[in-house]
Amino acid sequence: MNEKRKMRVATCSLAGCFGCHMSLLDIDEKLFDLLEMIEFDRTPFTDIKHCGPCDIGIVEGGVSNAENARVLKEFRDNCRILVAIGACAIDGNVPALRNNIDLWDCFQEVYLYEGGLEGNQIPNDPELPLPFDKVYPIYEVVKVDYFLPGCPPSADTIWKFLNDLIAGREPKVSYEMLRYD
Amino acid sequence: MNTTITIDGKTVPFTDGQTIMDAALASGIYIPHLCHNPDFEPHGSCKLCVVSVNGRNMTSCTMPASEGMVVASDTHELNEDRKVLVQMLFVEGNHICPACEASGNCQLQASAYYLNMLSPHFTHFYAPREVDASHPDIFLDLNRCILCELCVRASREIDGKNVFGISGRGIHTHLVVNAASGRLGDTDFAVTDRAAHVCPTGAILIKRQGYRIPIGKRTFDQRNISEVQMESSQHVEPDDERKT
Ligand code: SF4
Ligand code: SF4
Ligand code: FES
Repeated sequence: MNEKRKMRVATCSLAGCFGCHMSLLDIDEKLFDLLEMIEFDRTPFTDIKHCGPCDIGIVEGGVSNAENARVLKEFRDNCRILVAIGACAIDGNVPALRNNIDLWDCFQEVYLYEGGLEGNQIPNDPELPLPFDKVYPIYEVVKVDYFLPGCPPSADTIWKFLNDLIAGREPKVSYEMLRYD
Repeated sequence: MNTTITIDGKTVPFTDGQTIMDAALASGIYIPHLCHNPDFEPHGSCKLCVVSVNGRNMTSCTMPASEGMVVASDTHELNEDRKVLVQMLFVEGNHICPACEASGNCQLQASAYYLNMLSPHFTHFYAPREVDASHPDIFLDLNRCILCELCVRASREIDGKNVFGISGRGIHTHLVVNAASGRLGDTDFAVTDRAAHVCPTGAILIKRQGYRIPIGKRTFDQRNISEVQMESSQHVEPDDERKT
């Protein structure tokens, strides 16, 4: 068998909701076709802990804490092509609604003042990643090669986009495929 | 006097006093625009309508047509410039379309689709902006205001109420409500006012109306903004003005 080398694809969710990943899974039985063309590196679908050298990295979610930034840098360092998928990765989206609220006020509201939380404290274990002052789009942190908007992009859109990328074509997002909501 | 200009190689007639935009719309030629609405005096703030006139860039909504002008509008270069302008508007405000009631019916969003904007490109300002929910029937969310002043013009010229104004300088320029308290609830603004329906974005929203139109049936789900704006330049439908 002279099987072509499969493309290696990594995906991750930073400050995302996993909705973009769910929309990717919405290609349904075409997942079998996809797996003919690619193999997954680190993604929430595999057990690989760190992103190794890849052809394509797909990032869902904005950057809201130090761990997000670390993972994003690992993806940028290892992926030839980095794709921002979904509104959160592209503009921060709904999580960025916190950008105009003081972080300390947010924490107090959630961990101290919420009813029934007497005696609680704001988590401060070093295991926990420190949140950033704001939620940032990923292109404000690392260079991004392609953007696929949508909250989430539809399965058909993701399928078309991935096919272009895997075939080495410049991915085009047509009017029908383009939405921010 | 009836004479002609050319737009993208097409001969377009105009009458004295018409701008390039007026002549284009009357001939069925779409030039992207946000702050222009045929019912109001031109404003010239959004700059989306910039065209090349005899080789120089000018806002077509304010530039009077004159005999023999050679206008280029639908060029790759101008459309890329327009996309950059839309990107600037997106990062300047807080446009979180997935949580916006205007999504699908918004002219800013539809212009971005038309120009194939895939990301806002620039660093976001995430500027703190006010939400005013004091009025019983109408929201004012300045996070989405693009300072087109259509509400200012409509309130002053059509409703005769002067509810809105613009204040501040530079990046601090913002829409204000003309009441001692600065709150919309303390004005005589009404849902029946033209100014309540003229906003091209989701900055002025009627309460209890959100998310009524199913996805797929919203204004720009099926047709792009050039088709919708060309149609409405022939006849304006005031009760769903975000189409215009
Ligand atoms: S006003 Fe338009 S562009 Fe802004 S968030 Fe709402 S739908 Fe999006
Ligand atoms: S509130 Fe709407 S109509 Fe008024 S200036 Fe802002 S964007 Fe324009
Ligand atoms: S439409 Fe001419 S500047 Fe806005």
